[in-house]
Amino acid sequence: MSDIYLDNNATTRVDPEIVEAMLPYFTEQFGNPSSLHSFGNKVGFALKNARKQVQTLLGAEHESEIIFTSCGSESDSTAILSALKANPERKTIITTTVEHPAVLTLCDYLETEGYTVHKLKVDGKGRLDLEEYKKLLTDDVAIVSVMWANNETGTIFPVLEMAEMADDEGILFHTDAVQAVGKIPMNLEDSSIHMLSLSGHKLHAPKGVGVLYLKRGVRFRPLLRGGHQERGRRAGTENVTSIIGLGVACEQAMKHMEYENTEVARLRDKLQAGILSQVTHAFATGDVDNRLPNTANIAFEYIEGEAILLLMNKAGIAASSGSACTSGSLEPSHVMKAMGIPYTAAHGTVRFSLSRYTTEEEIDRVIEAVPPIVAQLRKLSPYWGDGKPLENPEEAFAPVYA
Amino acid sequence: MWDYSEKVKEHFYNPKNAGAVADTNAVGDVGSISCGDALRLTLKVDPETDIILDAGFQTFGCGSAIASSSALTEMVKGMHVDEALKISNQDIADFLDGLPPEKMHCSVMGREALQAAIANYRGEEWVDDHEEGALVCKCFAIDDVMIRETIRENGLSTVEDVTNYTKAGGGCSSCHEGIENILTEELALRGETFVPGGASKKAKKKEALVSLDTGAPSATPMTAVQRILVIEQVLEGLRPALKADGGDVQLVDVEGKNIYVNLIGACNGCQMAAMTLGGVQQKLIETLGEFVKVIPHTEREAAEA
Ligand SMILES: Cc1ncc(COP(=O)(O)O)c(C=O)c1O
Ligand code: FES
Repeated sequence: MSDIYLDNNATTRVDPEIVEAMLPYFTEQFGNPSSLHSFGNKVGFALKNARKQVQTLLGAEHESEIIFTSCGSESDSTAILSALKANPERKTIITTTVEHPAVLTLCDYLETEGYTVHKLKVDGKGRLDLEEYKKLLTDDVAIVSVMWANNETGTIFPVLEMAEMADDEGILFHTDAVQAVGKIPMNLEDSSIHMLSLSGHKLHAPKGVGVLYLKRGVRFRPLLRGGHQERGRRAGTENVTSIIGLGVACEQAMKHMEYENTEVARLRDKLQAGILSQVTHAFATGDVDNRLPNTANIAFEYIEGEAILLLMNKAGIAASSGSACTSGSLEPSHVMKAMGIPYTAAHGTVRFSLSRYTTEEEIDRVIEAVPPIVAQLRKLSPYWGDGKPLENPEEAFAPVYA
Repeated sequence: MWDYSEKVKEHFYNPKNAGAVADTNAVGDVGSISCGDALRLTLKVDPETDIILDAGFQTFGCGSAIASSSALTEMVKGMHVDEALKISNQDIADFLDGLPPEKMHCSVMGREALQAAIANYRGEEWVDDHEEGALVCKCFAIDDVMIRETIRENGLSTVEDVTNYTKAGGGCSSCHEGIENILTEELALRGETFVPGGASKKAKKKEALVSLDTGAPSATPMTAVQRILVIEQVLEGLRPALKADGGDVQLVDVEGKNIYVNLIGACNGCQMAAMTLGGVQQKLIETLGEFVKVIPHTEREAAEA
């Protein structure tokens, strides 16, 4: 039996067809796309084609709105820093408490540089309060950066509406759509989204390539200055092979969009229901009625996530966790904290993220494997008694905290 | 995934002494729920002899927390409580063939549970004096709280100082930005401004290596020979443990606060070398009653080359 990969929000497998499409660009088609001669020229055409493929998936109006970068994080940094540079008189950034570190860490840093950062709070299901947001849209705001879908819970934010609200006030709107692109349909042409980040390796393209979508007419300041690549908006010789891979990946994502939102969603629901019907004191986190079709994040109370992952790994199942220990930090996931999930549950969250390669048989195996693992760890837990939590667990076991 | 030793995996997959001891007379509950670890240690101690007859653990925590708990119960069974109290977190980590730096706090939790359980047996109240902060330096497993305390106690003001006193920053140096931020805050509290080392860092660093004695008062003035003898004695005491792991340590030179040693055999070059050096340094600081820095001889050669 081969191992089961349910960690597709971390990264995805490169589709064999994509690898195939990339290979010639390592060997015979090795030219620099900027070169005039035939070696480079053909590569230049291939890039143009890839750009078109990305444009189609995003529903962008112009092909030149696509800027290739090295990863999602670079796109995020470029977008936010560009907005600040292009609007030097504006000193405020609006974002959310549950963004990916690619945005949050940068914002925390910018705060030390004197910028004001408003992080929108979320409720217990990970939802934003648009009233709060509306009040913050002032003349001092240089950029709003709100993720399209959350990487841990899959919760989808109303970015189209939020972009419009920002646009109405003349404020730039960026969205980190790294988890959303390829999983939910989008048509940026009809939106007020000014900038959007995506990352190749989340949609079966290789690692090391990303895109910043930049709506035509939006004022922009590059992060990397140098050559004229990407019309001078991102200097540096293009990662040609990966860009070509990303183009094919976008085309495939387009083709599988319906499958993703029907079959993959059905398997995800089956997985969640299958586990929750067998395991007590467990619940799905986030906005379960409004989330990515491939993601289920389940909190198992009174046990710790890394221990769960290690046992799952032994059983041949790969997933990820929001526990402190898996990240090497002292705190459980900031997303769980933001939703007010108690520590006894936040440390025991496991994220299952499927892909179009996930099979029914795999889901059945996971449904069978997980409950005994949870039971095994609960037996070791000081919060757990005879097949159930202690009465008043937090009082029955109240350690001296270090 | 973490680079866990086989021993850690063994104790995680098949933990020993899981569950509470039925007729316990010593319970220690410790932990840090925010960082996801909590441990209840139950012991059965013979009231006549003070020997630990049985031990059991219940742990909420990650792989290495469960493994550390399991290891601890194995280590203490059959021990006199006074002996058991001497177990350090390093001993627990060593028993498991080492822990990744991010996970050293799991072994600390084990030691604290033991102290708490024995205090409970003796009818004493155990007070936790250990505070844990966010990990700043991964090379040496040094956290925020430790760095701040050391800065305050010794009036430190540069990254080099911090490295010399805590080792933090002495490895890959990727934590220097974090240390600088802490210094900026701590110096501001003292009403000073942090001045970064700037471009002359390299030259300064070497100088700092030999002028460590600022701030750390030495308890007993000793002659150079006396000091070397004491250092030799300490190394001698540590030798059996090192040899058990197939290693050894040799004193090469003593230069002010810098003690140069050669690590031999299994310890040399392996990930544990830093840990071992840390242990040796700790012991020397305790015995000499002054701050010293233990440096592998190879690093001096490299620095002077
Ligand atoms: C929401 C989100 N943003 C940004 C990133 C970073 O993308 P990359 O790894 O391509 O820099 C990720 C990847 O985990 C993500 O999930
Ligand atoms: S992390 Fe501190 S020196 Fe490497």
